[in-house]
Amino acid sequence: MSRLPSRKVTPPMTKEIIRIENLTYQYAHTDKPALVDINLSIKKGEYIAIIGPCGAGKTSLALSLNGIVPHMTVGEMRGKVFVDGIDTTQTQVRDLAHIVGMVFDNPEYQLSQSTVLSEMAIGLENIGIPRDEMLKRIAEALEIVGLSGLEERSPMALSGGQQQRLAIAAALSMYPKVLVLDEPTSNLDPMGKEEVFAVAARLNQEKQMTIVIVEHEVEVIASYADRVIVLDKGQIVNSGNVNDIFSEIDSLDSIGVRPPQVTAIASGLEKKGYHFKNLPVTLDGAEATFSDWLKQDKA
Amino acid sequence: MSMSNIIECINLSHVYPEGFTAIKGINLKVKEGEVVAILGQNGSGKTTLVKHFNGLLKPTNGTVSIRGNDTAKQTVFNLSSHAGYVFQNPNHQLFATSVLAELEFGPKNQGLANDEIEARVEEATDFFELNTIINEHPLRLSFPLRKIVAMASIYAMQPSIFILDEPTTAQDHGGSEKVRKFLRKLQDDGKTVILVTHDMPLVAEVADRVIAMWSSEIISAANPREFFLDLNTLDKTKLQQPQATALSHRLQKRVLNEGITLTVQETIKAFEKVVNKKIN
Repeated sequence: MSRLPSRKVTPPMTKEIIRIENLTYQYAHTDKPALVDINLSIKKGEYIAIIGPCGAGKTSLALSLNGIVPHMTVGEMRGKVFVDGIDTTQTQVRDLAHIVGMVFDNPEYQLSQSTVLSEMAIGLENIGIPRDEMLKRIAEALEIVGLSGLEERSPMALSGGQQQRLAIAAALSMYPKVLVLDEPTSNLDPMGKEEVFAVAARLNQEKQMTIVIVEHEVEVIASYADRVIVLDKGQIVNSGNVNDIFSEIDSLDSIGVRPPQVTAIASGLEKKGYHFKNLPVTLDGAEATFSDWLKQDKA
Repeated sequence: MSMSNIIECINLSHVYPEGFTAIKGINLKVKEGEVVAILGQNGSGKTTLVKHFNGLLKPTNGTVSIRGNDTAKQTVFNLSSHAGYVFQNPNHQLFATSVLAELEFGPKNQGLANDEIEARVEEATDFFELNTIINEHPLRLSFPLRKIVAMASIYAMQPSIFILDEPTTAQDHGGSEKVRKFLRKLQDDGKTVILVTHDMPLVAEVADRVIAMWSSEIISAANPREFFLDLNTLDKTKLQQPQATALSHRLQKRVLNEGITLTVQETIKAFEKVVNKKIN
């Protein structure tokens, strides 16, 4: 995605913001757990992508980060989730919303008001933020996502990308430390996708916001994520930086996850006997790798 | 008109009752057996256009003919046996209480004999690998699987035109492979396919022709190789080349000196050719 800001080089990651210990969760009336013995530590400022096939537990894992699992679902939880040091089982979802903002796949499910302004205000009113402070936060959050000036518009009259950015703004107005996005672009057109990815990248790079995104668009993940978590059948089956994860094409393939196209090209050539020092995972990386390789006299 | 045009739109426009012009001045001919991808951002008119092909919408101006017959003079029921429409949202399509009943519904309505209905259902079940969920309620299935069931239920009707609206959206890699296998099967069977999609790698792999829409009009009609090199149209419609195409395009000027590639496999072959030439 060439039009988006380029990837940061050194993320400022020191303090742990999320810690998951031996988390197993099974929904009521199901025969096997959705999440199995998950252990995960996420540091402040990290951009984490969660990938895996449908039914791998990606959404359940995302929902466990702000307490929706287990507070608003029916099932049995073992293990612990701490966000900013707080045990989610001991804290209500409304109190966790200050720490973890959540954006879902279908923006229409989370928008309920008649104007953008009231959509933004409702969450803040619910937690008793005074009017002046509220207006300040709304203006800030709309500015960040690029929706300033649309305050009086009906959310239903916005494009899909704008609706999803509004959902992000509503989450941001709570001043969360972590933003969790669950397949935020799956219902959007290419323009909308790019808008949402650009906002998430900017929040991460300029505001050092911790981002956890569940996403199928591996080409985008390869450009932004500091770390990729691969889930299959409720378990973390792999975790590492984008190069490590996407280079393991065969193990991804075995669970039904495809690599970026440029990685598949390099891997396909390796299977024909050519060798690359590293498999490229981004378009820029691939351009460098292949232009050197194609220029050389002997492969 | 030539009999080989299975769909023909002449100066087609559609204005919705509230006054919104969703498509205007559309001229389009689709040949039997062609796979035509219709691209464009949401709101550009894609879905409105394709809903004219099975009579869900009738032109407010101009004409649409299916096999030479004006759709304005035909019922949706009659047209639906020619053109099967797989909705973007399967919840708008599925209504039966089991996957089996869903698959049987179309062929039954077509008045087919029982053994033919059974054969159609069995073929669809096998092809889409629905054996293990055949008695499930469709609304208990995951959204991506529901979309597969919606495709299977249209497949069981064996129309000559398949209109697929965003078939790979929300599918994971496995589901998306199933859709690709389905498209290849339709191609082999000589079916006409109208593919509405945002999935550029899919377009590059399967389309014979690309129709790009912007602001209610067709602004480009080309084969995928021409289309993905037409940077003006890509820029105007805010669409992007598949990553494999973008890579070959970037390298073309410097090292490849060959045309752009459309798919991963094609790129691998093109690169190999260049390297082999250098060695020999």
